[in-house]
Amino acid sequence: MGNHSDGSPNHSGTVATAGQNEVEKFQDPGIPPHRLRLADTDPKAAKRAERQVAILFGSSVVGTVIFLVAYFAIDLGPDSTIATIRLQNALLGIGTAFAMLGIGTGIVHWAKALMPDHEVSEERHAIRTEEDRQAAVRIVDDIVEETGIKRRPLIRNTLLGAVALAPLPALAVFGDLGPRPDDKLAHTMWAPQEGKLKRLTRDPDGTPIKASDVTIGSAFHVIPEGLNELHEGKLNEKAKAVVLLMRLNPESLKPSAGREDWSYNGIVAYSKICTHVGCPVALYEQQTHHLLCPCHQSTFDLTQECKVIFGPASRPLPQLPIAVDAEGYLVATSDFKEPVGPSYWERDEHERNINS
Amino acid sequence: MSATSTANAPAFVAKTKGGRITDFVDQRVGGSGILREFGRKVFPDHWSFMFGEVALYSFVILLLSGTFLTFFFDPSMAETHYDGSYTPLKNVEMSVAYSSSLDISFDVRGGLFMRQVHHWAALLFVASVSVHMLRVFFTGAFRKPRELNWVVGGVLLILSMAAGFTGYSLPDDLLSGNGLRIIDGVIKSIPVIGTYISFFLFGGEFPGTVIISRLYMLHILLVPALILLMIVIHLFMVVVHKHTQYPGPGRNDGNVVGYPLGPVYAAKAGGFFFIVFGVIALMAAFFTINPIWNYGPYDPSPVSAGTQPDWYIGWVDGALRLMPGVIGDFHFEYVIFGQVLTLNVLLPALVPAGLVFTILFMYPWIERWITKDDREHHVLDRPRNAPTRTAIGMAGFTFYCVMWAAASSDLIATHFHVALNDVTYWLRALFFIGPVIAFIVTKRVALALQRKDREIALHGRETGRIVRLPHGEFIEVHAPLDDYKRYKLVGFESPVPLPAVPNEHGVVTRKEKRRAALSRWFFEDRVAPASPAELEAAHGHHGQHEAVESAEGQKTLSH
Repeated sequence: MGNHSDGSPNHSGTVATAGQNEVEKFQDPGIPPHRLRLADTDPKAAKRAERQVAILFGSSVVGTVIFLVAYFAIDLGPDSTIATIRLQNALLGIGTAFAMLGIGTGIVHWAKALMPDHEVSEERHAIRTEEDRQAAVRIVDDIVEETGIKRRPLIRNTLLGAVALAPLPALAVFGDLGPRPDDKLAHTMWAPQEGKLKRLTRDPDGTPIKASDVTIGSAFHVIPEGLNELHEGKLNEKAKAVVLLMRLNPESLKPSAGREDWSYNGIVAYSKICTHVGCPVALYEQQTHHLLCPCHQSTFDLTQECKVIFGPASRPLPQLPIAVDAEGYLVATSDFKEPVGPSYWERDEHERNINS
Repeated sequence: MSATSTANAPAFVAKTKGGRITDFVDQRVGGSGILREFGRKVFPDHWSFMFGEVALYSFVILLLSGTFLTFFFDPSMAETHYDGSYTPLKNVEMSVAYSSSLDISFDVRGGLFMRQVHHWAALLFVASVSVHMLRVFFTGAFRKPRELNWVVGGVLLILSMAAGFTGYSLPDDLLSGNGLRIIDGVIKSIPVIGTYISFFLFGGEFPGTVIISRLYMLHILLVPALILLMIVIHLFMVVVHKHTQYPGPGRNDGNVVGYPLGPVYAAKAGGFFFIVFGVIALMAAFFTINPIWNYGPYDPSPVSAGTQPDWYIGWVDGALRLMPGVIGDFHFEYVIFGQVLTLNVLLPALVPAGLVFTILFMYPWIERWITKDDREHHVLDRPRNAPTRTAIGMAGFTFYCVMWAAASSDLIATHFHVALNDVTYWLRALFFIGPVIAFIVTKRVALALQRKDREIALHGRETGRIVRLPHGEFIEVHAPLDDYKRYKLVGFESPVPLPAVPNEHGVVTRKEKRRAALSRWFFEDRVAPASPAELEAAHGHHGQHEAVESAEGQKTLSH
């Protein structure tokens, strides 16, 4: 490669180089002279490199053997433990790593030390010739012209209309991917069934909770009575109905109008589903009476009816109205008075329906 | 047909065995043209060109390990009781998908290894695609004629994240189930159709019984097919354009300098596949990834503290965390005409990602418009030689990283014993200030590096040798550069701001004025490459010795 002018063959009409044309530039000295490697001049070094490549390929064989031995010799039978699996996993990995790295480093070493390392220069060819370019543009123009689409707007517009509507069936056929939402998100299992109030039971075993079990400062993860007996849609119901139950000093609760009888002796129940995007609000800070969502750190203050005091949630957690039945067990006096969980477009409408 | 082809049988007879095989194949499929074109095609070599290769190779490894996993994985959400060899979960109620994932881990020999390889390869795939995009951006490789291939790369980045997320959810464990629930919450926040999309995706209420099998179909069929298609288009365009090369002596926009494909480049690139595979195998051997048996089956009630998504989803999750739901008495969720608009979810989920990808896709055309540069570029820019672009890139990168860090806000708080709320407040501030700081600092660093290049080009490199002159002055001897090294430091373009030009009607449009303003913003701070005249002057000025002090006044630093 001889001297190239200045690395930018095309000055005409380009503004980016405009400021520089008057300034003299350094000449491109061309590709630096090729430097021979040790293996190019010293046959001993070449022989050494050859041996090194062979050793690397050999280590690959060792790796393959390690893999096969680990696969067949380690038994994952009944008396195997986690440690057996870990050992096998490590050996399979080491075997594969040796097998692969041996080949890979061997080939690369071979290429770098022994194969010709002359850098060569190749001309770039234009992606297309100027002649092709003009011909292509002409062809497209001719095609458009011959269809007459520009002269016949009626054809163009009806075609556009038809093409715009034609994909609609392709969208419509997905209509059976799921049922209509209706008001399914607005109700949970807590609604009393045939006049019978649902008891609050422990998650996951489903044993009912007596008010006397709930000491000040304690917290219970709660599911509705009968959830575990569901055969279908158990997780769907659980995803809406899970509740946190806590007992505070009754004086620290300042129930708003209409919520005076939603708690019992300082025992309150709130939906565990975050109003942000639906993670379980699983952390209860006993000292500060805060509930914290571990996913996005929304923080709710129990003493202010779970008002949001930090984080991305915008709405308080819904409260579940509770009371105590004749046997001293905690029961929900009604369903939640608003939809639980993350907000959705129809949520306010559903809330109004519940309270009307 | 056969008669003519025998009649035309070449007089040329291959002498070696390899030659005869080539000839045999060629006479039947006619590949000699292709071989002639590609067999010795020249590829430039640079370590930073490896990231694209890593992406390609980890995708191949994903296909291989993923196919193995499909033989054992069952995407059903039917309930079952675990009956495998992992005793802590014995008889626990779970989905068939989770149970079969446990079986792959504990009862299929090599299954755990394959799962680990698959997950690590997936993390590496998205990472290498991202780093490759950064390399292409910072070196200006997206410029004409490669703008469309940059767009294909952007699509590949989105697809790689989609592939990752759909796969992440498949084991139906507690961690990924909570991830799906977050997705469901985000979908429900979409105005008008959000609830419907959620019900259609999950086949009813969350979590339903179909989501895993639907994600499975997307994960093993649709998304990989699209990725494969995009990779084919991507590589086809690489062949059409030929590879870019770094600037240096002997390299210009009219040539390609490098090694021929066969044998050196093919050997290096082919060998590199095995190295990538080997490194992934090592990670799979020693670093546990996604130990689903620790999380337990999905249950909507529990959640583990310190949960983290896979790294590539982190920035979106972090954006969700950063957004305040309430500021003072202002709630970001409000009711208009009886419908709920929940901006505290909608904004962070859509706006930052939308912003990043819109700018990413449009950037080649934005820069083209500002610079009015319609030439083809095959020689890359060293990042320092395009200070404003590099600064824009770093601003975007910082924007991304702040959100990414926010996804670990709780872990930052517990690790460094600081208040969680403070971490969030700081990150909220950095979300806005960080990119600005990054822009300013990067631009100054790039300009400083350019000045240093000038200095070295004009005065040589420091030798560390201190000499005392007869009159008592101490100087450090500078060794002049050879022509090749100097050309690397001076052989670049340094565009100047391009003032507004009137159009054919003699009017300077408002758009043109805006373009001129942006051009000024882009190029007003510039360091021109050293010129031979300056070198001459520098030699004359210093007489016999090359002294370190560089006459500041000589620099053509237009500010």
